[in-house]
Amino acid sequence: MMRPVCPLADIPRGEAYRWAIDTPVAIFHTDDGEVYAVDDTCTHQDASLADGWLEGCEVECPLHASRFDLRTGQVDAPPAKKPIRTHRVEVIDGVVHVAVAEVEAGRS
Amino acid sequence: MLKKVAIVGASLAGLAAARALRQQSYEGEIIAIGAERHEPYDRPPLSKDFLTGACTAADLALGDDDEDLGVRWRLGTTATRLDPRAGSVHLAGGEEIRVDGVIVATGARARRLPHTGHLANVRTLRTLDDAVALREALLGGGRLVVIGAGFIGAEVAAGARSLGLDVTVVEALPTPLAGPLGAEMGAVCAHLHGDHGVRLLTGTPVAGLAGTDRIEAVELADGTRLPADVVLVGIGAQPNVEWLAGSGLAISGGVVTDTHGATGLPTVVATGDCAASFSPFAGRAVRAEHWTHALEQPAAAVASLLGAPPPRPPAVPYFWSDQYGVRIQFAGHREEGDTVRIVDGDPEQRAFLALYERDGEPVAVLGMNQPKLFTRWRRQLRAPSPIPTAALEPR
Ligand SMILES: Cc1cc2nc3c(=O)[nH]c(=O)nc-3n(C[C@H](O)[C@H](O)[C@H](O)COP(=O)(O)OP(=O)(O)OC[C@H]3O[C@@H](n4cnc5c(N)ncnc54)[C@H](O)[C@@H]3O)c2cc1C
Ligand code: FES
Repeated sequence: MMRPVCPLADIPRGEAYRWAIDTPVAIFHTDDGEVYAVDDTCTHQDASLADGWLEGCEVECPLHASRFDLRTGQVDAPPAKKPIRTHRVEVIDGVVHVAVAEVEAGRS
Repeated sequence: MLKKVAIVGASLAGLAAARALRQQSYEGEIIAIGAERHEPYDRPPLSKDFLTGACTAADLALGDDDEDLGVRWRLGTTATRLDPRAGSVHLAGGEEIRVDGVIVATGARARRLPHTGHLANVRTLRTLDDAVALREALLGGGRLVVIGAGFIGAEVAAGARSLGLDVTVVEALPTPLAGPLGAEMGAVCAHLHGDHGVRLLTGTPVAGLAGTDRIEAVELADGTRLPADVVLVGIGAQPNVEWLAGSGLAISGGVVTDTHGATGLPTVVATGDCAASFSPFAGRAVRAEHWTHALEQPAAAVASLLGAPPPRPPAVPYFWSDQYGVRIQFAGHREEGDTVRIVDGDPEQRAFLALYERDGEPVAVLGMNQPKLFTRWRRQLRAPSPIPTAALEPR
């Protein structure tokens, strides 16, 4: 189910928004204007990816610099071993909507 | 071409070295010798989530089940001597392993207080076994006295407090963490203890530990007697380099290396907590004792061993610490005389960013609960250019 989160205008390009639901979700607005949503908590230890460094379609964790591909959730750089769960995003009438994935991320 | 490499020390730097060897297309044999019987594990959680029970030993594994590095692991095995001329590593028990390259990654061990070995519940924290024993002691409850208000001492104090113990921290220096952070910011961090009902006594050295077979009290030089059920001695670490005596390696506060782990001997490199490596940030050799350094430097050390150029320039030094639910992060290199000012947030709120400057140039940054801003500043810090090359002094 798509749930409204916030106006896209609230997340400038190159920035992220932490959606504080039960399992928090990080929403990224890339420099190219794409919008991606992944679990906010790093799969390595306890850090918020919304606080991380966004470069292209990749986010670097602010604690130990694991890098995740926002499109697939894959680990691009350790120490994280497990991919991050990705969520479907749509921008409807200027509002970011996210469908929170039900299942755990697999090793796709 | 190298055909057989020994990695001595099977922890963060040792595992990173094995990975780097394969990444850099080394196809020969790798034998990893580790004194601990455990597979490589992560130490930082030992004083944090592992101590409080928020994570388990299984969560600490550094290795990945899916990964096949083709390493022959010799765990529970201590190297006792290195003879580079013969190309041999001697093991406890008398075995001798012949190799043509050696990566020294023997790390460090906790410094102990002399003459306290006979007292039960006087602990140090470096290994998983230490952490298991400390946690068990803490679960007994009562009064914990932490000797030394460094990062590990502070983290254990915080963890023990959350487990409900009565905690006192004693520190010989007037201000905790003045070495890495400077007195001003050290004092700010020290406030965290008081915030959470932990007593901090500074400027008074420990005179002795009282007790016959169990610890009973910590006695301070000013006559104060602190009754204790458990004591954690957190007075720093010393490098595991004694086994290298007579090897021809220069030892001075660690194995002396250039920025990239190269020693005076072409077949031996050293990396991680055991190495005193030339730091372009400090302008002298520094024994970095930080996780990120032990993770990243081995790739450069492996390149040095293989005779290849370093994969990338050395990163800005970085470490973090978690205390009382507060995240502290530091990047760069601070020297005595650097100025420091708050550029965002408020120390009173325990959320701020502080910038260290030298001659008007930013040289280091400290964040407390400011990960986002901290990361931006960390990325702006760069090595002084041009990077001076290390002067190696092989003996
Ligand atoms: C409790 C704790 C908390 C920490 N928290 C943080 C933190 O929050 N942030 C941070 O940046 N850093 C932290 N650190 C530091 C970080 O863990 C170290 O920098 C890192 O472990 C260094 O890795 P290393 O592989 O060089 O050495 P080590 O991890 O010390 O490993 C060396 C290994 O070599 C083995 N060895 C020694 N001698 C021999 C021998 N003769 N033969 C065979 N094997 C030998 C040892 O048994 C050990 O297993 C912490 C450390 C500790 C102990
Ligand atoms: S918590 Fe993200 S890399 Fe460690």
